[in-house]
Amino acid sequence: MTQQDDDQPSLYAAREPIFPRRVKGTFRTLKWWLLGLMLGIYYITPWLRWDRGPSLPDQAVLLDLANRRFFFFMIEIWPHEFYFVAGLLIMAGLGLFLFTSAAGRVWCGYACPQTVWTDLFILVERWIEGDRNARLRLHRQAWSAEKIRKRTIKWTVWFLIGLATGGAWVFYFTDAPTLLRDLVTLQAHPAAYITMLILTLTTFAFGGFAREQICIYACPWPRIQAAMMDEDTITVGYRDWRGEPRGKLGTEGAGDCIDCMACVNVCPMGIDIRNGQQLACITCGLCIDACNDVMDKIGKPRDLIGYLALTDEVRERAGQPPKNVWAHVFRVRTVLYTVLWAGVGVGLVVALFMRSPIDVNVTPVRNPTFVTLSDGSIRNAYDLRLRNMDGEDARFTIAVTSDAIVVLSLEGADGLTVTVPANETMSQRVYLTAAPGTRAAVEDRTDVRIWVEEQGTTNRVYHDTIFNGKED
Amino acid sequence: MCAKPVKKEPRQVETTGHQWDGIEELNNPLPRWWVWVFYATIVWGIGYTVAYPAWPLITAATPGLLGASTRADVAAEIARVDAANAEIKAKLVAADLNAIEADADLATYAERAGSAVFRTNCTTCHGSGAAGFEGKGYPNLLDDDWLWGGTMEDIYLTITNGIRNTTDPEARYSEMPKFGVDELLDETQIGQVTEYVLGLSGQDNDAAMATDGAVIFAENCAACHMANGSGDRTQGAPALNDAIWLYGGTREAITETIYKARFGVMPNWNARLTEDEIRAVTFYVHSRGGGE
Repeated sequence: MTQQDDDQPSLYAAREPIFPRRVKGTFRTLKWWLLGLMLGIYYITPWLRWDRGPSLPDQAVLLDLANRRFFFFMIEIWPHEFYFVAGLLIMAGLGLFLFTSAAGRVWCGYACPQTVWTDLFILVERWIEGDRNARLRLHRQAWSAEKIRKRTIKWTVWFLIGLATGGAWVFYFTDAPTLLRDLVTLQAHPAAYITMLILTLTTFAFGGFAREQICIYACPWPRIQAAMMDEDTITVGYRDWRGEPRGKLGTEGAGDCIDCMACVNVCPMGIDIRNGQQLACITCGLCIDACNDVMDKIGKPRDLIGYLALTDEVRERAGQPPKNVWAHVFRVRTVLYTVLWAGVGVGLVVALFMRSPIDVNVTPVRNPTFVTLSDGSIRNAYDLRLRNMDGEDARFTIAVTSDAIVVLSLEGADGLTVTVPANETMSQRVYLTAAPGTRAAVEDRTDVRIWVEEQGTTNRVYHDTIFNGKED
Repeated sequence: MCAKPVKKEPRQVETTGHQWDGIEELNNPLPRWWVWVFYATIVWGIGYTVAYPAWPLITAATPGLLGASTRADVAAEIARVDAANAEIKAKLVAADLNAIEADADLATYAERAGSAVFRTNCTTCHGSGAAGFEGKGYPNLLDDDWLWGGTMEDIYLTITNGIRNTTDPEARYSEMPKFGVDELLDETQIGQVTEYVLGLSGQDNDAAMATDGAVIFAENCAACHMANGSGDRTQGAPALNDAIWLYGGTREAITETIYKARFGVMPNWNARLTEDEIRAVTFYVHSRGGGE
């Protein structure tokens, strides 16, 4: 390093540690409830049971990758129905668009796993090391027996939470009680342990240390969200026309803000909301709780910091009351997102109820297109893929209809009926034969319709295909 | 150019001090951990080249400390599959040929393994769809016409020992005389018997010549092809009274066949395939629509 280089400002910045202070209020309470609800769903779901008969797993929600099947309560998704999963992802995306355009980064502030787990980790941190001031002191003091003890306990609890997080994740992919027993007895598949280890370490690092850095530097979503927000989107804002100029309580000419820094001290992102809307703000509302608490104490009206839209700011500066919250929410953009979201949802539900319990695929064999038999008959072959999506064996009867006369026969079977075992897919080769000189035998192409009917039910499907004749 | 960095008013961004024609370079510092992640990827990258095959040398790349080898992985995977299939292969070898169909697991395995064997070994002559090569002497395996028989046992023997090869004494063998080349029949007689053979399969022919041809056929051909032209599977003599012609059913093709005879050869696959592979491909061929 030369002397000149020393004059340069650093192009890299170390993370400023953040010590969010404890806060009580409406939004904090809401966040605690949501945290409990979402962690509860996450941890309990794999343990819910759902009886599907003897040949199928009884786990209510199961991503059975090995058998390529997805179970969700009464719904069973096969690989060829993956569009249901795609549809759900589209709905999730549109849902995020809707909430973001209506209420800003409400996902980030309340529901994102990064926020939920960070909240949980901060709770543990406060419980072991004390509130903001105690933690600041501990942070600044040199390593001592007390600091080592507190840090060790904290990191151990964090690690256990991480382990439980990764542990719950793997239960979604195989039978949970069996896997738990295998995990404990060290007999589970290495993939389960590796997945748990990776998720444990990422949870530990992201919730314990990276925290707001993930939101600011690693997550693409905050950048995308800006495109969905407009001046009617409800975000957290500081009423500077009421608060400024800041000053100690009782100062002549000062605004309502007494510059107590409560809003900054509780912020998990370490920002000052009074600087206006900014990229790092996840609109969690904790600064609102903190400020309202202070306003109550000094006898000033609440909501110096509050949820408001940019259009409200203009109206309030002009001395008008803010618009009703629903007047912000209902606008072209949100209605459009809602309609799209509901449209995909209705489409999925309709598709779910319309899907046939039998699935048949007919592939004409085109190598060769036809076979001449010794008596001069022309025979075409078709590969049928019969999928039995029921929990019981099914017997399918195959039939053919056509304007021309063709005779149906099955490979390896005397009759026209095949049995497909429960939850299996079977290939069956089917032959159509046209007698020498008949229309189908001499015409280039003849339309035929192959029917498949499940015996004992009204399930019947057909598949149109072509019979190839021998041109003279 | 590099003046002292200027700290601007609060809420304004620090500059690096660089400025060109009044345009200043702002300093929004990158998080330091980000840089460490970058360094970590470099360390990881170097470690990777040490642990895995990476640096090209003259004959091969450095092997890497972990001894990873995709070639060895493939060999291990093949060994694993072979071991996993050992049981069902043994079952296939021990099974009665005609009982394979009734055992769903065995039939599925034989069908798939047979398909692989067929595609590797048989498609060169019989075509990927097993339809042969019409008129060129490569039989269609999908139809109901068989030279040496279409039962499981017949097909099994044909594949095992082959036809008219010189490598297996057990090979199926028969030889049609070269009636023209060896001057067993003169051209008029060949013409007459050709007309008769055309008539056997109901094709248009010269009735007068065919009458003479019938006598020649009875004397020279009926021993193998039978009096009514139905052929004889024990000698691999094709049926002449059906719609299927190995070397073509036209007047010209039949004349040529009688004149110089035909001599189709098939290798004995017992020299190249294992017993379970032969049985699997037998089942596969038998289930293509022509099996008896």
